[in-house]
Amino acid sequence: MSGSLEQMYQQVILDHAKHPHGRGLVEPAAGHLAGESHQVNPTCGDEVTLRVDVRTDDVGPAVVSGVSWEGQGCSISQASVSVMTELVTGREIADVRQLDATFHALMASRGKGLDDDAALDALGDGEAFTGVSQYPARIKCALLGWAALKDSLARSGALADPTGGTDD
Amino acid sequence: MTAADTVRPAEALTASELAAVRADFPLLGRTVRGGKPLVYLDSAATSQKPNVVLEAEVEFYEQRNAAVHRGAHQLAEEATEAFESARAAVASFVGADDGEIVWTPGATAAINLVAYAFSNATAGRGGAAAERFRLEPGDEIVVTEAEHHANLVPWQELCARTGAVLRWFGVGDDGRVDLSDVDSVIGDRTRIVAFGHVSNVTGAVGPVAELVAAARRVGAYTVLDACQSVPHLPVDLPALGVDFAAFSAHKMLGPTGVGVLYARRELLEAMPPVTTGGSMVEVVTMEATTYAPPPQRFEAGTQMVAQAVGMGVAAQWLDELGMARVARHEQELAAELLRITEIPGVRVIGPTDTRDRLAVVSFVVDGVHAHDVSQVLDDRGIAVRVGHHCAQPLHRRFGVAATARASASVYTTVDEITAFREALTGVRAFFGAE
Ligand SMILES: Cc1ncc(COP(=O)(O)O)c(C=O)c1O
Repeated sequence: MSGSLEQMYQQVILDHAKHPHGRGLVEPAAGHLAGESHQVNPTCGDEVTLRVDVRTDDVGPAVVSGVSWEGQGCSISQASVSVMTELVTGREIADVRQLDATFHALMASRGKGLDDDAALDALGDGEAFTGVSQYPARIKCALLGWAALKDSLARSGALADPTGGTDD
Repeated sequence: MTAADTVRPAEALTASELAAVRADFPLLGRTVRGGKPLVYLDSAATSQKPNVVLEAEVEFYEQRNAAVHRGAHQLAEEATEAFESARAAVASFVGADDGEIVWTPGATAAINLVAYAFSNATAGRGGAAAERFRLEPGDEIVVTEAEHHANLVPWQELCARTGAVLRWFGVGDDGRVDLSDVDSVIGDRTRIVAFGHVSNVTGAVGPVAELVAAARRVGAYTVLDACQSVPHLPVDLPALGVDFAAFSAHKMLGPTGVGVLYARRELLEAMPPVTTGGSMVEVVTMEATTYAPPPQRFEAGTQMVAQAVGMGVAAQWLDELGMARVARHEQELAAELLRITEIPGVRVIGPTDTRDRLAVVSFVVDGVHAHDVSQVLDDRGIAVRVGHHCAQPLHRRFGVAATARASASVYTTVDEITAFREALTGVRAFFGAE
C-alpha cells in the first residue's frame, strides 16, 4: 500500500470507524433544545441521522450537551461523525461553529493541512483527516456528519439563541 | 438472441490482436497514483476511445466543419455527408435503416424524447397520426426493478403528467428480472413496456424476447435501454422486435454528448415533435408551423456533428473487429471477473454463472464499505465504480446502499482482472475485517 493510502486511513480513523462514539439515537433531555437532521450523500448512498441536545439556561452560553446518531457508510464518513461527536459534546455553540469552520478549511487544504497549529490542535482526532483532503471524491464523506450537525443545530433553534454566538 | 448463442461461433481475440487493440487506445497507456499502470475496469460507466475516433473528430473540425443541412457551399455539403454517413454506419451497426436513427445527446435524452412524445400526443399534439400514443388515466406503463434511473424516472414523470400508472417486474435473488407474474403485470391497460437489455449493475441479459412477446399480445409499445448491450454484443434491433431503443456513444468507444434513439420508421412518422425550433420545420408562419419528416423532426437546433461522426467511426471500428468476437472475448472476461466469488467475504450482486450475463460485476465485501474497497483498488491503479450506479431500487432490493462494480470492455485483459482479484483479496485485511 502506498503512503497516501496509509495517510488517508490512519489508525485513528480505522479505530473510530470500528468503534464509533455516539452511535444510537438518544432522547433529548427534558427542557433542552433538540434538533434532528438526516443527511445523505447521493453519490454513494451514505446516510446519517443525527440528534443534538442543547442546554440553554440564563447563567451561561448555550452548550451542546449531547450528540447521538445512526447511520451507515464508509469508514471515512463513520469515523468523521464519531470524531465530531467527541469533539463537540460539552462545547459552547460558538466553539462548535469555530471547529466546523476549521474542519471545513482542513478539508479544502488538498492534503496540505493547516498553517494554524492551534486551530489544528483544537480538532483533536479530526486532524487525522488531513489525508482525506487529497481525495476530492472522499471529502464529502468526511463532511456528512458536520452537515448533519449544522442542520440539526439550526433546527433546534439554538443558532437563533442570542447566547449562541451568532455574532461571529 | 442470448449472449451464449451469439458467442459460440466466433473466434477469441489472439494475444497479438488484443495487444493491437490496446495500442489503439492512447489513454490505456497512462499511469495513475504515482506511476502505476492504469487498470481501467469502469467501462460500463464510460469506455475509452480508440485513435480513429479521436482523429475523426479532429479531422472533422480541421477539414469539414460547417452547419449541416443548411447552405449550399462545399463545406456544408461535406459536413452533411459526414453526418449522414455516420447515421448510416450506426444504423447498420444495429441492423436498422438510416431513417430509424435519431441523434440525441445520449441515451437519457433518447428515452426522455420517447416519454415526451407520448406526453405531447396526450396533450393533443401531432394530430390524428399521434392518437396512437395518447395515454388515458389508468393506462399502465411497465418497467423493471433493475432499471437504470434513466429508464425509470422519465416513466414516473410521464405517469405524473398523464395519470398513467407505473407497474414493474421485481428482480429475483439471482439478480434476474422475475417474470413469474407476467400475465398480471402486463395486461389490457399496458401501453408501454420499458426495460434494459443488459443491467448496468448485475450484467444480466434481460428477458427481451419474453417481454416483447407479452407486450405484443396486448398491443403495448416496447422501449429497450440498449446502453449496456450495443457496446458488447451483436445487436439487431429490428430482429429483437422492439419499437424503440436507446444507447449512448460514450459507452461504445465513441464521444460523449451523442447517442441514438432508434424507433421503427412508422412510429417516428407518427410521433409529434418534442424539442422544437430551427432545423426541424417545413413551413413557419407567425400563426403555425409544419414539421419536417423524421429523423430531422426530432433534431432541433444545431447538432453535435463532430461527435456523431465519431460515433459512426466507433461503430465501424467495432464492426471491423466483429461484435461476435468482441462478445466472445468479453465472455472470457466475465468468467474471470466472477472468480471474485472465490475470495472470502466477497458477495456478487447478480448472476454468478456466465450464462446470459456480461462482464459487469457488482459486489460487496463483508465488513468493508464499497467506497473503502475502491480506495484500496485505486491505490493500486485499479479503477472501479462505487455507489448505486444510478439504480437505487435495485440496490434497495438487495439491501445494500452501495456496491463496487468492475466492468470490462473489448480492450480489457485477463491479466488486468487477475491484478484486480489480487488487490481485492487484500482489502479485508487492510480494514481489519477478518
Ligand atoms: C443501463 C443504462 N441506461 C442508461 C444509461 C444512461 O446513459 P447516458 O448517461 O449516456 O444518457 C446508462 C449509463 O449511465 C446505463 O448504464
